[in-house]
Amino acid sequence: MDVTAGEKVLNSAVNQSRQFDEELLAVKNISLSFGGVKALTDISFDIRKGEIRAIIGPNGAGKSSMLNVINGFYHPQEGEVWFDGKKRGSLKPYEIAHQGIARTFQNIALFKGMSTLDNMMTGRITKMKSGLLAHVLWKGKAEREEIEHRERVEEIIDFLEIQSIRKTPVGKLPYGLQKRVELGRALAAESKLLLLDEPMAGMNLEEKEDMCRFILDVNDQFGTTIALIEHDMGVVMDIADRVVVLDYGRNIGDGTPDEIRNNQRVIDAYLGVSHD
Amino acid sequence: MFRSAGSVPLRTSVLAHTVWSLKSEMSSTDPTLLDTFPKLLSENAKRFADKTAVREKEFGIWQSWSWKQCEKEIHALAAGLKALGLEKNGKIAIVGRNRPRLYWGMTAAQCLGAIPVPVYSDSVAEEMEYVLNHAEVSFVLAEDQEQVDKIFEIADSLPELKGVVFDEGRGLRDYDRTRLHDFQDVQNQGRTLLSENPELLQQSIDAGSGSDIGIFLYTSGTTGKPKGVVLTNDNIIVTSRNSIDRDQLGSDEEILSYLPMAWVGDHIFSYGQAYVAGFCINCPESEHTVHTDLREIGPTYYFAPPRVFESILTTVMIRMEDAGGFKRKLFHYFMAEARKSGVSILNGEAVDGWDRFKYWLGNLLVFAPLKNTMGFSRIRLAYTAGEAIGPEIFDFFRSLGINIKQLYGQTEAAVFITMQPDGEVFADTVGVPAPGVEVKVNDSGEVVYRGPGVFDSYYKNDSATRETKDAEGWVYTGDAGFFDDRGHLKIIDRAKDVGKLTDGSMFAPKYLENKLKFFPQIQEVVTFGDGRDYAAAFINIDLDAVGNWAERNNIPYASYQELAAHPSVYKMIGDNIRQVNQDLASDSMLAGSQIKRFLILHKELDPDDGEMTRTRKVRRSTIFDKYGVLVDALYSDQTSCFIRTEVTFEDGRTGSIEADLEISDTEIFTPVSKAS
Repeated sequence: MDVTAGEKVLNSAVNQSRQFDEELLAVKNISLSFGGVKALTDISFDIRKGEIRAIIGPNGAGKSSMLNVINGFYHPQEGEVWFDGKKRGSLKPYEIAHQGIARTFQNIALFKGMSTLDNMMTGRITKMKSGLLAHVLWKGKAEREEIEHRERVEEIIDFLEIQSIRKTPVGKLPYGLQKRVELGRALAAESKLLLLDEPMAGMNLEEKEDMCRFILDVNDQFGTTIALIEHDMGVVMDIADRVVVLDYGRNIGDGTPDEIRNNQRVIDAYLGVSHD
Repeated sequence: MFRSAGSVPLRTSVLAHTVWSLKSEMSSTDPTLLDTFPKLLSENAKRFADKTAVREKEFGIWQSWSWKQCEKEIHALAAGLKALGLEKNGKIAIVGRNRPRLYWGMTAAQCLGAIPVPVYSDSVAEEMEYVLNHAEVSFVLAEDQEQVDKIFEIADSLPELKGVVFDEGRGLRDYDRTRLHDFQDVQNQGRTLLSENPELLQQSIDAGSGSDIGIFLYTSGTTGKPKGVVLTNDNIIVTSRNSIDRDQLGSDEEILSYLPMAWVGDHIFSYGQAYVAGFCINCPESEHTVHTDLREIGPTYYFAPPRVFESILTTVMIRMEDAGGFKRKLFHYFMAEARKSGVSILNGEAVDGWDRFKYWLGNLLVFAPLKNTMGFSRIRLAYTAGEAIGPEIFDFFRSLGINIKQLYGQTEAAVFITMQPDGEVFADTVGVPAPGVEVKVNDSGEVVYRGPGVFDSYYKNDSATRETKDAEGWVYTGDAGFFDDRGHLKIIDRAKDVGKLTDGSMFAPKYLENKLKFFPQIQEVVTFGDGRDYAAAFINIDLDAVGNWAERNNIPYASYQELAAHPSVYKMIGDNIRQVNQDLASDSMLAGSQIKRFLILHKELDPDDGEMTRTRKVRRSTIFDKYGVLVDALYSDQTSCFIRTEVTFEDGRTGSIEADLEISDTEIFTPVSKAS
């Protein structure tokens, strides 16, 4: 610790010693293939309530496929997904969203022509109860409901410090801010589990630091469980509680950042190893 | 003492007459009794009760608090701080951007006889360390995690520190709470204490007097370490009252509070005057939304340093360049009309009927919509100070009917030294002495003054106090100036910056720099010449203006550095300097200081690198130390020079950038006397 010993306790320092026991999601013996290509082979790991879980691995290791399995884009040929204590059947992605899993995408998937605010309001869609007609007339319940949702979205806008782009069409925004809006939309869904697919890809150092801070703050403030895919090892080791490493569709390591750092198979996968 | 209306007792007469004009306010209570801010607060809570005192945009909505609510919030906070151990004459630092809770913190401290010390919130930890340590703060009221982190980083050098209170708790969950307190919790505790003993604060509020120390404001430190200017309650309240009288400000004014709270200007406009006149202050949602918020509020009274007006004008001009041909023609036609008659109309002078009609039409089609876009639709009075403002910029706003005036002030004077009266507004002067202030120019040409705003002392720096303020209360400004035949003060430059070229002719760097900065594409200039053969300059380009120009002219660039080094940018800046030189040639005093060589810097001068103060004034000595190589190159026959510069990022880490800078020559004109 630094000179202020004890007073300024950084989140990252706390993370190393945080304990999580309750399982939120577990994947058991997942195998996924596209035709003859095996994307994932016999993968098992769990995500516990309240933690920041990182999924890392070299290019083509199957990280995004794994995320797509978790949120129901892909259906694995073998294996089970357990969420919130129940085994999940074959569900559509929107049904899974309703269950409480939200995500962001590697290549931003926002509505480019819509404002930041409107994009984020779409994140509330699973929470909207009143019918189409009521929304058209905008009276009574629909009005109350929209005010309630807007309040929630405004809190997130404040949280992510994007007040100045509230009304700006997102297509006009720089990349780093679009990423932040996408995080905002996922947050607006108030999910139990938040999946972030390379939230820091293509960002400069300052943007990365901001994003790290937001991810830690989201976890801290809202207690949201976060699973993230990331390339930047430095970032992962700093913010994640536990890390799972994939290589060629296989799970080659699982543990705290310290354990992963010293795992020979992981080192080999990242640095390459000569086979003689 | 009280001037009650007939036989009606005073209290009822106040309640009965809720006319919020300044005149009736003044007559209701003897103003000299309201000599501290806590007393003004209680008075305002009675007189204005439910009228809005402060607004802040939060969650997309303007949240507001009435004077009555403010009093409750402030008293709760004061009681809570008292329980934490803030004592009479204890110092509490206020660190953050303009937010209602931080303004309340100042009054709450004053309720206890403690002294608030607002600090520039964008200072890095080391800068803050000096001020907080020097002021011996025992408490800090910090806006958020960013500020709290800085405070704890320097906590070891703050032996008196007892507690830190934060406004926004995000990210602070895991922090040790022994010395760290949530604003809300402090207030809640205060409320409990006040419900048990409603008179808890009364004694310390009553004990306060005008001659008590009200606040420490640290100077920005253009030369050396910042100095803590000690101001009494009288300093702030009396100058506020005088200036309100002079400009006939009422309790119905709306202002936007967006300038740093640590700066004396904000303290007078958003605090002193707001309390005395009872008008409403509006805090922006974030530093990036200031412009939108300005538009939404439409202030009636506005203060901004010249660079803000410059940047507004630059934005307008850039947008007009991008507008369609018809709109552009319309704009330029009517702006020419405005330049012809607008200023005279504003000054109430006689104007030809046909011109008046054209101005009216222009207002309908161009000026009014433009003012609306800028957020100046309701503006009655605007001030600018701190630096000279370009005559073109000044006239642009005045010709649109915006009554922008100049004043000349200092922290040591609680702002007001001179100000321009209505109808006597000139771009090249700073006006006549403010009410109650005596101003004279002494034998060495330095401006000196004394008046009700004159500061008590520099904190823990008697020698500096004695150097600046003499036994009779005259304060030496360090500025060279003179009164013109209209009785208006003209400031030439910082007295010690004025130098001489080797041929003996006068060299006034600020004068040259301001002249150049009037070009929208030039953001900052540093000139050299004292003791040299000729004048030379460093230029910082304005990225917005030059970037837009580059786009329109198909000039590709990837970075500030690349754009700054582009030959056509050099050519454009060279032309600007040529124009200034041409101007200077006809000035008998300054013809010698035409700029012979210049270079465009590869990075923006930045307060984080110590090159400027937090109020964005250039620190000459630092520039000289840091860029010595470049200065030498300007006075050699080199055509380029290599430079490697350390830069500090916003989070305090450092890096370096290097560049080969081109040094360019400009045309020098032979002096022409005005007579010929």
